[in-house]
Amino acid sequence: MPQKTDNKSVNFVRTEAAPLLPPPASEAGITGWLYQNIFNSMSDFSSPVATIKSVLMGLLTIFLLYVGLGQFWALLDFSLFSAVWSAPEGVKREACLTVDKGGELPSGWHGACWPFVAAKMKFLMYGAYDNDQLWRPNVTALIGLIGLAWVMIEPLPYRRYVGAFLLTIYPLIALILLTGGNFDTDYNSVTVITILGLLLITIGRQAAAGRMGQTAGEFAGMFGTFGWIFIAYAAVNATLGVDFNLRQIGTNDWGGLLITLVVAVTGIVASLPLGIVLALGRRSHMPVARILSTVFIEFWRGVPLITVLFMASVMLPLFLPEGVNFDNLLRALIGVMLFSAAYMAEVIRGGLQAMDKGQFEGADALGLSYWQKMRLIILPQALTHVIPGIVNTFIGLFKDTTLVSIVSIFDMLGAVQSTYADPSWGTPVQDETGYLFIVIIYFVFCFGMSRYSMFMEYKLSTSRKN
Amino acid sequence: MKKFTTALVGIAGIALASNAMADGHGGSTLKQVQDKGFIQCGVSQGLPGFSNADDSGNWAGLDVDLCRAVAAAVFGDASKVKYSPLSAKQRFTALSSGEVDILSRNTTWTMTRDTQLGLNFAGVNYYDGQGMMVPKALGATSATQLDGANICTNTGTTTELNITDYFRQNGMSFNLVAFEKADEVVAAYDAGRCDVYTTDRSGLAAQRGKLTNPDAHVVLPEIISKEPLGPVVRQGDDQWFNIVRWSLNAMINAEEMGISSANVGDMMSSDNPAVKRLLGTEGKFGEELGISNDWAMNIISQVGNYGESYEKHVGENTPLKLARGVNALWSNGGILYAAPIR
Amino acid sequence: MRPNKSFLLTLIYDARYRSITFQVLLLLSIIFGIWWVVDNTVTNLAAQNKGVGFGFLTQTSGFQISPTLGTWLFGYEVGKSSYLEVYYIGIVNTFIVAFFGIFAATILGFTLGIMRLSQNFIFRAFSTVYIEIGRNVPLLVQLFFWYFAVLRTLPSRREKVELIPDVMGINITGLYIPRAMPEEGFSLTLYAFLIACGITWFTSRWAKKRQQRTGQIFPMFWAGVGILLGLPLVVFLVTGSPLTWEYPVFAETGPLLKRGYQAGAGVLVIPEMLAVWFALSIYTAAFIAEIVRAGIVAVPKGQTEASSALGIKKNYALRLVIIPQAMRIIIPPLTSQYLNLTKNSSLAVAIAYPELVSVFAGTALNQVGREIEMIFMTMAVYLTFSIVTAIFMNWFNARVKLVER
Repeated sequence: MPQKTDNKSVNFVRTEAAPLLPPPASEAGITGWLYQNIFNSMSDFSSPVATIKSVLMGLLTIFLLYVGLGQFWALLDFSLFSAVWSAPEGVKREACLTVDKGGELPSGWHGACWPFVAAKMKFLMYGAYDNDQLWRPNVTALIGLIGLAWVMIEPLPYRRYVGAFLLTIYPLIALILLTGGNFDTDYNSVTVITILGLLLITIGRQAAAGRMGQTAGEFAGMFGTFGWIFIAYAAVNATLGVDFNLRQIGTNDWGGLLITLVVAVTGIVASLPLGIVLALGRRSHMPVARILSTVFIEFWRGVPLITVLFMASVMLPLFLPEGVNFDNLLRALIGVMLFSAAYMAEVIRGGLQAMDKGQFEGADALGLSYWQKMRLIILPQALTHVIPGIVNTFIGLFKDTTLVSIVSIFDMLGAVQSTYADPSWGTPVQDETGYLFIVIIYFVFCFGMSRYSMFMEYKLSTSRKN
Repeated sequence: MKKFTTALVGIAGIALASNAMADGHGGSTLKQVQDKGFIQCGVSQGLPGFSNADDSGNWAGLDVDLCRAVAAAVFGDASKVKYSPLSAKQRFTALSSGEVDILSRNTTWTMTRDTQLGLNFAGVNYYDGQGMMVPKALGATSATQLDGANICTNTGTTTELNITDYFRQNGMSFNLVAFEKADEVVAAYDAGRCDVYTTDRSGLAAQRGKLTNPDAHVVLPEIISKEPLGPVVRQGDDQWFNIVRWSLNAMINAEEMGISSANVGDMMSSDNPAVKRLLGTEGKFGEELGISNDWAMNIISQVGNYGESYEKHVGENTPLKLARGVNALWSNGGILYAAPIR
Repeated sequence: MRPNKSFLLTLIYDARYRSITFQVLLLLSIIFGIWWVVDNTVTNLAAQNKGVGFGFLTQTSGFQISPTLGTWLFGYEVGKSSYLEVYYIGIVNTFIVAFFGIFAATILGFTLGIMRLSQNFIFRAFSTVYIEIGRNVPLLVQLFFWYFAVLRTLPSRREKVELIPDVMGINITGLYIPRAMPEEGFSLTLYAFLIACGITWFTSRWAKKRQQRTGQIFPMFWAGVGILLGLPLVVFLVTGSPLTWEYPVFAETGPLLKRGYQAGAGVLVIPEMLAVWFALSIYTAAFIAEIVRAGIVAVPKGQTEASSALGIKKNYALRLVIIPQAMRIIIPPLTSQYLNLTKNSSLAVAIAYPELVSVFAGTALNQVGREIEMIFMTMAVYLTFSIVTAIFMNWFNARVKLVER
């Protein structure tokens, strides 16, 4: 039997805790980080094969470090350290020329010529938009930005209404602000359509109340809907016709970032309803609707955007009755819209397919009609689920707007290229500076949006976990 | 609510489209132009001296002046013009679809274009010919030495065909690199991709300024084609065709009679019957065209005569430094000869 | 039964007929829409004195096309070749650049995707930066960058940078590589290669069966490489090496215009093609890298742990457990990237590489002016390609689909 001993008399038992040792160098601090993240992959010398591997990894790491840092440094040097930042009043290309070309910079100089971008800034942002009217695109963008921020920030109230505003009234405001409004609206027809609409709504009300017989009663809803459509149409048309005393500015004068944003945003917003219809059509049980939707989607997805733009700019006029014509921008917009609707349809279809079958069955069990089921149960869930996909489509579209420069619409890329034609700024670094500038803009936009889409993806996936 | 909002979006689209459609409905071009209050003029995407926009988007050039002249004739105000920059490929579709009212875009008058595209050329505002530019360092003095050259040019133009014909005819081999935009051609030539840059000689002069070192290049003496450049209108509207044709003729006649924007006021009281007819103080020539009688006076006072326009945009004192050459008046040894107004 | 309902209402409200009514209406409106467009087009074309027809395809073309694989294959000659040949040349040039683009983008994309998951920070950082820049800068801008910015740094036509002295060189007019000139008897080597392919196929089947029967693993990879390379090589040597190389010729002297690389010696890869190839591969590789990363990450960690618990060696686990599962996720989006790359090759129109859109829907269209026929012919090529790919994908998906019980 072991005797119970006094602790004090046993000297091999610790009486106090051993001092905490710092973690080994390979586990903590900078060295630990370095070891784990860099040297770990190249410190195995246990066998000849492993040694060769380690050495190769080491060499590759050094090479990548060299290339990466070299490029990074070259970029920084070009865009910041060696760059010319300002030019005296009245001095143009001379500010960015080397001594041997007639300037003052040392020979061998290679850096960005930012005064060139500054001089062309207005053109790159707005194109040939009237100088004294720039507040109009600015206000349009500001309203859009505020609205968008409102919708995106969670705790704000009335987000749904702001969203509805962005999708309905905002396009109208934007259209009027940017073009100047005052379209040739035929007010006689507006009046006729308003009266017709009111009439239809009244009939609908009466029919719904059962005062017009059973047959009409069953059409009541339809009367009402058409009535509202007529009224809305008349209202939009009437608003467009109002002379807000804004100068008219044709789309030919638009350009730069303005066009890029107009094309991308219109493309995505307009393609959303069409995309929903197509996605539903493709999953419909009706063979005609399914086949037509599938053919439509696969056609536009199967051809390059540039041929679509060629088609819109060269063939669309042939497809329309004589005398009817759209302006160049609207034609490109139609092409972009059809094109992105097909992609949008596929994104939404993905969302529909990901929906749990129980949701469909539950809605059916509640006795909802097809449209009620879609509107109240399926689409809200499916659309929320595909927000990242929609944002990614938007990023793609935003980048693809550069293609409109091929059909002579001066988007940002087209605008930059057309500034190269100005000999008073002609320097060897002119195009590098210009391209660098738009690369930065595109990068900031697309990178920002892709981060947002990743954030949404993360948020959605956590909210879906139970 | 949602149903309603969706409907609204759709409707906004339809409204936009139908409003855009409203532009071109029916009637003669003159009527349409008068209704909308401006002339839509198809121009190049930027050819200095002919049609080029500055930083704030103001278009200027010889081709632009023609549109301004027509606007002066129609509205009495040369500024009532809007411009559509068009690529070589788009230009004819834009005109025949009614997107533009006049195409004034250094366009060569050829038989195919006149007969097969449903278009009419209203005259010639610049007699050009295709030329070739090479770097001085190449040491070439004649196009016949260019066997084996790489040649940069624009696609969608007669230039591409002419150069092919020229080299085949002379039994020389060559390699053609054809770009979509003039700026890209210049950039590629400037980078040394090609030994030769070919386009209309006026174009060579205009684009030369864009090269990194303009003095290091030389234009070869050969002119390998005839390129009469002029304004184009749709077929089937003779009234509009006449307005454009006579606006151009008025500018040329004005130079011939010595009437310029500077002295047009004094000339109003001239006794010369030809001058009186031109300026509308005698006869009703404007009304015959369906516009006011002081049409030509407006053109001259606001745009100037042909000579003024030429000197201002492409002449010796501009970066293009083009001598009048064949574009001088017939009385000065050129071939510019406008039909008389009587 | 609701007897007092009218016939019209039955069509709309009765579930039996509603969908038919709707479909008939839809079909009618589509037919009407198409008829309307066709009618307008006919009227408009008549106004322009044009008709619709494919007669122009037999006309001879009057313009030059840069020397490319297409022009070489069809022996293009100005004034002799027809527009139909121009069409074929465009197709060949589109697919050749798409093929090389897919090849390079796949290698680059897989490398970067795996690098992104590396433990090495430098690798990760490098690949992340690359991917983000590649994905977020428009392809057209990248194309202009490669063509105009990089082109300027190449030596002029009368100078060269030799990649392999006397064999391969580059300057602003393009990349010059040797041309293989098969002599008589070379076809035997090709036959040998075909036979080797057959042998490899049978061997692999045999090896698989043996493994299933006995559990012994046959080193199929090395055996396959050996057969595929060895047999043709032996035949090649036995027949007396019937293959010569034609090297590019560079003239230092002579008339100025004739100096530089000589036409007709070796193979010329024009700089436009190089730029398109670079831009397409680099742009698409960024997307492929993300797909590969996502695919590998998507394989649950339990799979790796389970395979090591079963005592499977690490590289076998990777090859037999992880990659097959990752590939199932990777391949569908990968194919759509390949399709995108092929469609994106049409951007070459901006820098004068004579692919389909540039040479047929561009240059030829300008000379002939048959917009409708030519744009549809162009679209048809891309459409056919994507439909064929889609059919292949359906087949593939059905093959690798998880068999669920």
